[in-house]
Amino acid sequence: MANLTLIQAVNDGLRTVMKADDSVVVFGEDVGPKGGVFLATEGLTADFGESRCFDTPLSEDGIIGTAIGMAMNGLRPVAEIQFQDFIFPAFDQIVSEAAKLRYRSGGQYTAPMVIRTPYGGGIRGGLYHSQSGEAYFAHTAGLKVVIPSTPHDAKGLLIASIQDPDPVLFMEPKALYRSVKGEVPEGEYTVDLSTLRTVRQGGDVTIYCYGAMVPVVERAAAQAAEQRGIDCLVVDLRTLMPLDEEGVLEAAKQTGRVVVVHEAPRFCGYGAEISALIAEHCIEYMEAPVRRVTGFDTPFPNTLEHHYLPDDRRVLDAIESVYDF
Amino acid sequence: MSSALQILAPDGSVVGELPGLSDAELRELFVHMLQIRCMDGRMLKLQRAGRIGFVGTATGLEATLVGAAAPLRQDDWLWSGLREGGAAVMRGLPLAEYVAQMYCNANDTAKGRQMCNHFQHKGTNYPSWSSVIGTQITHGVGAAFASMRRGEDTVHAIHFGDGATSSNGFHSGLNFAGVWKVPAVFVCTDNGWAISVASSAQTAAKSFAAKAPAYGFPGVEVDGNDVLACQSAMADAIERARRGEGPTMLVLKTYRMLGHSSSDDPTKYRADEEVEAWAKRDPIARFERYLIERGVVSEGERADLETQLLVKIDAVIHEQEAAPPMALKTLVEDVYAEVPYHLRREYNDFIAVAEKLGHAQPGDGAFPL
Repeated sequence: MANLTLIQAVNDGLRTVMKADDSVVVFGEDVGPKGGVFLATEGLTADFGESRCFDTPLSEDGIIGTAIGMAMNGLRPVAEIQFQDFIFPAFDQIVSEAAKLRYRSGGQYTAPMVIRTPYGGGIRGGLYHSQSGEAYFAHTAGLKVVIPSTPHDAKGLLIASIQDPDPVLFMEPKALYRSVKGEVPEGEYTVDLSTLRTVRQGGDVTIYCYGAMVPVVERAAAQAAEQRGIDCLVVDLRTLMPLDEEGVLEAAKQTGRVVVVHEAPRFCGYGAEISALIAEHCIEYMEAPVRRVTGFDTPFPNTLEHHYLPDDRRVLDAIESVYDF
Repeated sequence: MSSALQILAPDGSVVGELPGLSDAELRELFVHMLQIRCMDGRMLKLQRAGRIGFVGTATGLEATLVGAAAPLRQDDWLWSGLREGGAAVMRGLPLAEYVAQMYCNANDTAKGRQMCNHFQHKGTNYPSWSSVIGTQITHGVGAAFASMRRGEDTVHAIHFGDGATSSNGFHSGLNFAGVWKVPAVFVCTDNGWAISVASSAQTAAKSFAAKAPAYGFPGVEVDGNDVLACQSAMADAIERARRGEGPTMLVLKTYRMLGHSSSDDPTKYRADEEVEAWAKRDPIARFERYLIERGVVSEGERADLETQLLVKIDAVIHEQEAAPPMALKTLVEDVYAEVPYHLRREYNDFIAVAEKLGHAQPGDGAFPL
């Protein structure tokens, strides 16, 4: 066990698979000698050589398109998109090609690959270094969408993603890169893709969250317990597609009161899917309307980002409102 | 066209350096060209009879397909666009699979999921492609990178049309290929038209071939109605790639004699005179004149060869008319390696209704949840 930050756990995960599997190649913008703008790939070129970890020309479309071709021809590409805000030039390659290849070819061709990308706000990055684009991708059949919130899960989910036979969008909460630390096992281990994690047990209110919102929700849940004696069941979804639907519904039934928290905009956001699932499958257990605490339906702001992002006070208010309903 | 590589003039006379192909090899090229034209004819008839939905023909492009595919080894890859199906057949795609794909029936290796005219053949490295223009270019480059990294001498032929030279994938693909020096040959078939937009409207560059040097490798213009020129230029580019000297772009200048597809009426946007002028440059007639002169085929033999091909094609069509119905479970299979819980549930909800309505076949039953 080592006590690592989330970004160190990502680096450790990459090293672990690169050691075990020569077909794994890591590439993207500035990921080589520099080690990536956040240092996720620090030391990989030095330790594994330029043929295993390398810089590409500055083209997201090119990075993802070539990654697909590599995956179709026996490599296990792990491509980095420097910020999720820059992924859209590659949207076509991800949505039309990687996601649909297995289906359109009747299983003859596949693209087992991972796209790692930092997402989310909280670093004063403004419109184009802060977005949370999970809904665009979770909506696309054929992609898996994974978001860790702890160093342990970051490594285990990343290894599972690289070993997975399907394309995985691995979204890293950049706000947590260095702000969370935790015990990370040495060597190879995996965390199942499509099993949620119960962060905190409780019987009064269920809160669904993922990524950088998990610590925010944990703080709000602690305050709810302290100030009002409300016991929250906190669920970290971890894999948005495919979702652990049985786990989600089970957690809703346990309390009958639900809050969903994400920093992405609300309209057609991931919270809408959770709300709809609950409405369709266990409305009879509900004691209160579902509340969503989310970013605004606006572009991502800069100066006012701390008001845009859900914080523990807004989450606490939602907890109280469903509890008191 | 004066700068384009030419070996046979339109009258079939030799004006360039002949590739060292035997009579038997030359004859084989000729038969493959005829087969493409015969297939087009039959597929168009089936489309007009309402038996299949869509055809993207290669009539007029036979020299480009056959010439560029001929020098490929069996383990080389051919990354295609809409019109390269005939090259796939030439390299080993069974005719039955070709026709099954046109019917999108249960025998189709893609399980009827793609619209007509979207072929694939794993056995000869002819990957599945999407209808989105230019996206296969970067795939071919990435796959060529993978071949190179494993130390193989496999070459990747990456086909696209004149319209695709304006796409993102063209720029990204050629740029990455030049930087990585991958074993690829870009085969740009300039057939004059991207649906209704003339190739002259795609770029202000002097030529499509002129773009290649900007990416650090040569671009070569070839008379695309001259099968020997196509074969020869491709053989050179493949050998260059195999030697580790990097990519080449060939621009095969030809003409799409029919509409973009069976759904297109080309008389709306191009002049009859232009089509007639290109008809005089017909690639099959040109090659036939050369082969007759050389004594490889005889006068009138073409009709016999075509009859034989059509008998073979018609037998396959007859078989494919009788394909079994598509299994309904294919609706949710192959989205992921395993059918996930939510898809199993979506399917089970659907099949319960389908069974009630009598639309389900035996074996279409529910997934375990």
